[in-house]
Amino acid sequence: MLLFSRQGKLRLQKWYVPLSDKEKKKITRELVQTVLARKPKMCSFLEWRDLKIVYKRYASLYFCCAIEDQDNELITLEIIHRYVELLDKYFGSVCELDIIFNFEKAYFILDEFLLGGEVQETSKKNVLKAIEQADLLQEAIACEASVITLTVSQITLK
Amino acid sequence: MSDIVEKTLTALPGLFLQNQPGGGPAAAKASFSSRLGGLVRGITALTSKHEEEKLIQQELSSLKATVSAPTTTLKMMKECMVRFIYCEMLGYDASFGYIHAIKLAQQGNLLEKRVGYLAVSLFLHESHELLLLLVNTVVKDLQSTNLVEVCMALTVVSQIFPREMIPAVLPLIEDKLQHSKEIVRRKAVLALYKFYLIAPNQVQHIHIKFRRALCDRDVGVMAASLHIYLRMIKENPSGYKDLTGSFVTILKQVVGGKLPVDFNYHSVPAPWLQIQLLRILGLLGKDDQRTSELTYDVLDESLRRAELSHNVTYAILFECVHTIYSIYPKSELLEKAAKCIGKFVLSPKINLKYLGLKALTYVIQQDPTLALQHQMTIIECLDHPDPIIKRETLELLYRITNAQNITVIVQKMLEYLHQTKEEYVIVNLVGKIAELAEKYAPDNAWFIQTMNAVFSVGGDVMHPDIPSNFLRLLAEGFDDETENQQLRLYAVQSYLTLLDVENVFYPQRFLQVMSWVDASLSFLDGFVAEGLSQGVAPYKPHHQRQEEKLSQEKVLNFEPYGLSFSSSGFTGRQSPAGVSLGSDISGNSAETGLKETNSLKMEGIKKLWGKEGYLPKKESKTGDESETPPIPQESIIMENVDQAITKKDQAQVLTQSKEEKEKQLLASSLFVGLGTDSTISLLGKADTASHKFRKKSKVKETKSGETTSIHNITCSSFSSLSNVAYEGHYYLNTLQDRGDKEIKTNSLNSELLDSESLTELPLVEKLSNCSLSTPSLFDDNNMEIFHPPQSTAASVAKEISLASSLLEETTDYMHSNLIEVCNNETVSVSSYKIWKDDCLLMIWSVTNKSGLELKSAILEIFPTENFKITEQPGCCLPVIEAESTKNFQYSVQMEKSFTEENLSGFLNYHMVDNSVQLEFSINLSLLDFIRPLKISTEDFGKLWLSFANDVKQNVKMSESQAALPSALKPLQQKLRLHVIDVIGNEGLLACQLLPSIPCLLHCRVHADVLALWFRSSCPTLPDYLLYQCQKVIEGS
Repeated sequence: MLLFSRQGKLRLQKWYVPLSDKEKKKITRELVQTVLARKPKMCSFLEWRDLKIVYKRYASLYFCCAIEDQDNELITLEIIHRYVELLDKYFGSVCELDIIFNFEKAYFILDEFLLGGEVQETSKKNVLKAIEQADLLQEAIACEASVITLTVSQITLK
Repeated sequence: MSDIVEKTLTALPGLFLQNQPGGGPAAAKASFSSRLGGLVRGITALTSKHEEEKLIQQELSSLKATVSAPTTTLKMMKECMVRFIYCEMLGYDASFGYIHAIKLAQQGNLLEKRVGYLAVSLFLHESHELLLLLVNTVVKDLQSTNLVEVCMALTVVSQIFPREMIPAVLPLIEDKLQHSKEIVRRKAVLALYKFYLIAPNQVQHIHIKFRRALCDRDVGVMAASLHIYLRMIKENPSGYKDLTGSFVTILKQVVGGKLPVDFNYHSVPAPWLQIQLLRILGLLGKDDQRTSELTYDVLDESLRRAELSHNVTYAILFECVHTIYSIYPKSELLEKAAKCIGKFVLSPKINLKYLGLKALTYVIQQDPTLALQHQMTIIECLDHPDPIIKRETLELLYRITNAQNITVIVQKMLEYLHQTKEEYVIVNLVGKIAELAEKYAPDNAWFIQTMNAVFSVGGDVMHPDIPSNFLRLLAEGFDDETENQQLRLYAVQSYLTLLDVENVFYPQRFLQVMSWVDASLSFLDGFVAEGLSQGVAPYKPHHQRQEEKLSQEKVLNFEPYGLSFSSSGFTGRQSPAGVSLGSDISGNSAETGLKETNSLKMEGIKKLWGKEGYLPKKESKTGDESETPPIPQESIIMENVDQAITKKDQAQVLTQSKEEKEKQLLASSLFVGLGTDSTISLLGKADTASHKFRKKSKVKETKSGETTSIHNITCSSFSSLSNVAYEGHYYLNTLQDRGDKEIKTNSLNSELLDSESLTELPLVEKLSNCSLSTPSLFDDNNMEIFHPPQSTAASVAKEISLASSLLEETTDYMHSNLIEVCNNETVSVSSYKIWKDDCLLMIWSVTNKSGLELKSAILEIFPTENFKITEQPGCCLPVIEAESTKNFQYSVQMEKSFTEENLSGFLNYHMVDNSVQLEFSINLSLLDFIRPLKISTEDFGKLWLSFANDVKQNVKMSESQAALPSALKPLQQKLRLHVIDVIGNEGLLACQLLPSIPCLLHCRVHADVLALWFRSSCPTLPDYLLYQCQKVIEGS
């Protein structure tokens, strides 16, 4: 499963199948190219090797998941959306910079939501509760704003 | 102390920060943890990849120094780890940090441990050796009393864990299934799911515990257990049938909104859970009626509830449809599911359209009519700007390919193939095309051409089975030896043509295939010998020529083929054909020798070896032109009338965009053969279409005021063939409308012209008939076809000339001999048939042989159910003068199909004061309603593919017929088949059964056998025509 975005810079990657670093790099490159080449009116799914890629763009960020052919593309889109909702709720109106500078948090949230490539918890409340529990122990990390705009980010899953 | 160290170590990235003009204010606030921020900003500001590389390398070496420094605290380590992750994400090797990630997970406090575990799960994979070092940490954390630690351990286990170490943690995890916190239970279930995936045997004994998880009071735990069940049921559906009820109950509760609101997603209750359950039910109910029955209710409810139009409800609907089509069918549900698919397919949202196509692809075999319903949408998708939609459409078409639509579908696939550059797509498509071609190829030529395309595009990447299957097919062939020869011959011919093209490079594998085929050329000896004897340059394998061209040498280089084809044993031979030729035809050895010098002049051979392509459109056209006589003046007038009448029709027709029409045509050629009813209707369309289309072409012609031959125009309009079928579609749509106009047309016609112009048939045919039969019946040279009964021969000739005014217009048509049907001492009734374009015209000639007048002569034909008989003007004659002949005309149209039928009637007249009645009958056969169908070769090809009913038969010919043209002549003359084209030993003929049911004939001669192959939209017509053809061929 793989999530990513525009301009070719990876912001987050999570691999749920074991692959060598070389393969990962190759796949990422290919997918970034393919997805970025697609026009906005085109559909959010594409076939790539024997997998389906489901992607969605949120502002400058592309979220992209690879699923198997028999999986449900639409619900995968909703998985992406739910993840964005979770990020949004956690960071409070999430922007790309939040994810860049706090990407480990984004990973934690992802791990609470998806585990081993499957949806772990679909209740928003429960996911955030789990994160907060862990966060209670964590000091507040100042989230810096940066004037430098990043147009591209990538989140790679699986 | 440690702070000082940190400062020193982080000075480097700090320097970059200071150089960032934009980074100022943010950098000022940079706290301890912002070194990542600095790094990120630094990287973003860089312009080149090279600079980034330099910066990251610096960063990594600084990190390396930090992590290995003994003074580094775990807190700093944690911060370093984040930067490691970042560098690794950018694609740089940070493997020296892996061990530190494990250490951090082992030793850190909760926060540090968390980052450590995260880094481990991101850096390492299942079989990484360092992972073993993590096992102890995991075991320790699983036993921790701290909930967060337990959760972290479970999270990492669910992601990566070395298979061989599962026993070390399994009991601990099993215990966690009873943990009081649902989050722990849930994660434990997911960890077990992970174990099930990597080592199913190890968790076999805890299946019972999975059941407990399924019944867990917490929805999250239950949902997590479904992952395991889905997987297990996929592998062994029969083992879990007893759980069907539970799954149904859960789904019912979910759908019914019984779950906590927390699980709602955009006010849809737990969509993920629903989809998971639907999928499970689909697997359980597959091919199992009893289980399926349990699920019908809940499926119905799911469909009903999912009526909101949020994306997620579509996701559920899609899964519902999938499940409904997977399980034992229930018509009511299928109907609803079909409607749902319709919603998807017709949706303007592209994602939904895509899923609609996907659903159609899935259900197509069960329910082909559904594809027919959406054929226009499918056609649109075929030309969709989004290649993904196109590809899914091709996938759909691939599933509905049959012998009738294969050429169109493969053509579409090849088009896509030429556009795409993705290797995976090429391999996939090439495989599919090759598979379809082997299964359904309509003829050798097509098969070889298609395979050539496959090899030239996909040669380098395709699955090796494809060339080997192809070669096996060529080598082993079919049962029919002549067929085999043809196939091989054609293959070789096509390679010659391909290789003749300069500067084109073919994939290695294609050249290998070619050279293999060439190597087995011995079957061509006959041809070669013949060619040589006619002074044609001898043969030399063309791959060799290409090789020569490439290497600029005369010497053969067999290396490229050496490995795979050495077994064919031609290495070292100059030309396999040449060698076998030398041995077979001793007298030609001198010529064989010539080949060295003549080797590059192949033109002669090409000609000798036949046609350039399968459907040489150009040739056939020019041929037709020269045959077509100039249009008689009167037909142009008629045409104008026709035009005036059909103007209204045309206005509508013309408003239809051309694209629309092309699509409809495509539809009819693509969806042919899907379901019985539909086939008929589609073909019906094509018929009426061609019919109407021709009318239009006439209009076009007169409009533009061109004076060129009508035939030409029709031909050319036909070549944009597309018009044919959608016209039909249109025709169907406006059937009612048109019906009305038809009536009007007819009445108008009869006002303006005589019955003649009532013709419904294309003018083309009229014209062609003109050329077939001489313009006048009364030409001397025409008399011979007119064998009137001996006794009346002279008078009839005379009488007919008297009646000529009546028959004027009919003289352009083919007609039968005059046959006396009855007589007495005073009258003789003879009859003949005129095969008009639109009907059969029966003429009864009543001759008064006596010297007296016949009064109130009435000729009546008994009605029959098969025919519609229309009396022509002047059928009731008050008086037939002495020694004169009067004609009664009846037009006969076929109402119902039949083979032979008698048409009877009587003649009643008054002579002196006696009323006399004479009865007669005449035999009509279906043949009387067969008319030539003038179409182009190209149209023939397309129509051919669209017809479902076919009949094949070999007929032995007498020696005199051995040449194809002479064999076809009787068919043309006696059966009124139109010869469209003769290509080598193949002939294409077409005819139609009035009013407009086309039938096509493809024939091929080998030796003294004529292979006849009929195709038609009507199931009985081919049989009938075959029988007639056999009779004609055997009889002559």
